Amino acid sequence: MKARTFRRHLRESFKSLGRNSWMTFASVSAVTVTLLLVGVFIAIMMNLNGLAGNLEKDVEIKVIADPAAGQEAVAALEKKVKATEGVLEVEYSSRDAELDKMIKSFGDELNLYRQSNPLGDALYVKAKDPHKTAAIAKKIDTYDYTYEVVYGQGKIEKLFKVLNTGRNVGLVLILALLFTAMFLISNTIRITIVARKTEIGIMKLVGATNNFVRIPFLLEGIWLGILGSLIPMAVISIGYYKLYQEMAPKLQEELFQLLPTTPFIFQLNGLILFMGVFIGIWGSFMSVRKFLKV
Amino acid sequence: MIVMKDVYKKYPNGVVAANGINIEINRGEFVYVVGPSGAGKSTFIKMMYREEAPTSGDIIINGINLATLRNKRVPYLRRQIGVVFQDFKLLPNLNVYENVAFALEVIEETPQDIRKKVNDVLALVGLTQKVRMFPNELSGGEQQRVSIARSIVNVPKVVIADEPTGNLDPDTSWDIMKIFEEINARGTTIVMATHNKEIVNTIRHRVIVVEGGLITRDEYGGEYAYES
Repeated sequence: MKARTFRRHLRESFKSLGRNSWMTFASVSAVTVTLLLVGVFIAIMMNLNGLAGNLEKDVEIKVIADPAAGQEAVAALEKKVKATEGVLEVEYSSRDAELDKMIKSFGDELNLYRQSNPLGDALYVKAKDPHKTAAIAKKIDTYDYTYEVVYGQGKIEKLFKVLNTGRNVGLVLILALLFTAMFLISNTIRITIVARKTEIGIMKLVGATNNFVRIPFLLEGIWLGILGSLIPMAVISIGYYKLYQEMAPKLQEELFQLLPTTPFIFQLNGLILFMGVFIGIWGSFMSVRKFLKV
Repeated sequence: MIVMKDVYKKYPNGVVAANGINIEINRGEFVYVVGPSGAGKSTFIKMMYREEAPTSGDIIINGINLATLRNKRVPYLRRQIGVVFQDFKLLPNLNVYENVAFALEVIEETPQDIRKKVNDVLALVGLTQKVRMFPNELSGGEQQRVSIARSIVNVPKVVIADEPTGNLDPDTSWDIMKIFEEINARGTTIVMATHNKEIVNTIRHRVIVVEGGLITRDEYGGEYAYES
């Protein structure tokens, strides 16, 4: 295609937006509403995903060494645990440090135990993949000088199950929304094209190739997609920024943290823009295809 | 120039619109195609610019066999043929100039060439004063002139006209015929389906009668007449 022809297609696509201003308005509104919904939903999903990630990161195995074991035995155990497959890091905490923690949580009465500390040294183990926690814990339990292995048995499995279900449901909902959006937009674009069915027929009769007819419509679809994503991008960017400014300080001590505005807002905007353009192209491609057989 | 050999056309609904048509039209001829409604006249015309493809047989125009022409090549065939319709088929959103220029934009002519050719052809059909007007601001005769201008702007060897005067009053029809005569005088082959008896009997040319999907009469300088 010559550059001049492409410029013509560009010009035609813009003119067409103006000439069919009402249909343009309808299409852009449809894109705007759906992308706004999808965008908000994705923002929520991604934050929940962040929360899930944080929760997973916090999952750890507490290995209590046999209180009767000596320094060397505990060091050997630590070495062995570190070498276990799937272990990310091991943190050593002496029996005295463990007692201090206990006193902190349960009160000064426990000071009695300072004389003869009944606790064992502890190792805090993090798995590379939090989902493998249970398997690793089981393995460590078989090592010598292991007194007890604690990792929130049962609760962790349940937590992971809930998180996974949540993620899947969210994904399905986003896909369903996107599909609805595409359907809506392709229908709206189809109406604009149906209105120009004769136009396309005439183009073909004077010898226009399919691409010659198609390209201005595809470009028009791209503009509709871009126009339709402007408001969702602005609303979500500003909305999320304000929300973050308001909420982030309050959530400082909590497990749940909002994703920082940069790069999150940019990623989200890119995604919305991409979806808008994709929906626009797809919608006009599907709609114009039917009318090219003249 | 145009050759049809044993052309047979059956529509999916079972209607046979061409039942073994054989014809040869030479370069520079002016041919009327007449016949009652539903006799296969329109199909005859439509097969020439490949809006319909024959079920069997060969149609050769400018050396291209339309029966074996791949769909992808159809636009290139149509660029060698000018088509004029009863209902003008103008693009309502484009003005007179743009409607005519469109046929040249499609074949990617330079803007300079487009300007020159469009202005020339609009002068030929007498619409120089109305280039900026839109189809709905023009009379039927004027719209048909635009349609004719569009069909001849890239100097096709053949112009096919499907009842070009069907929607026009008698005076306007004569004006349109004058334009076709002029185009024909420049060496362009013209095939025109028509119901206008007066025109056929006054401006004498070859007359082909299509009845029941067959050519029942083919006469040079013939009159408008068929059994019906």
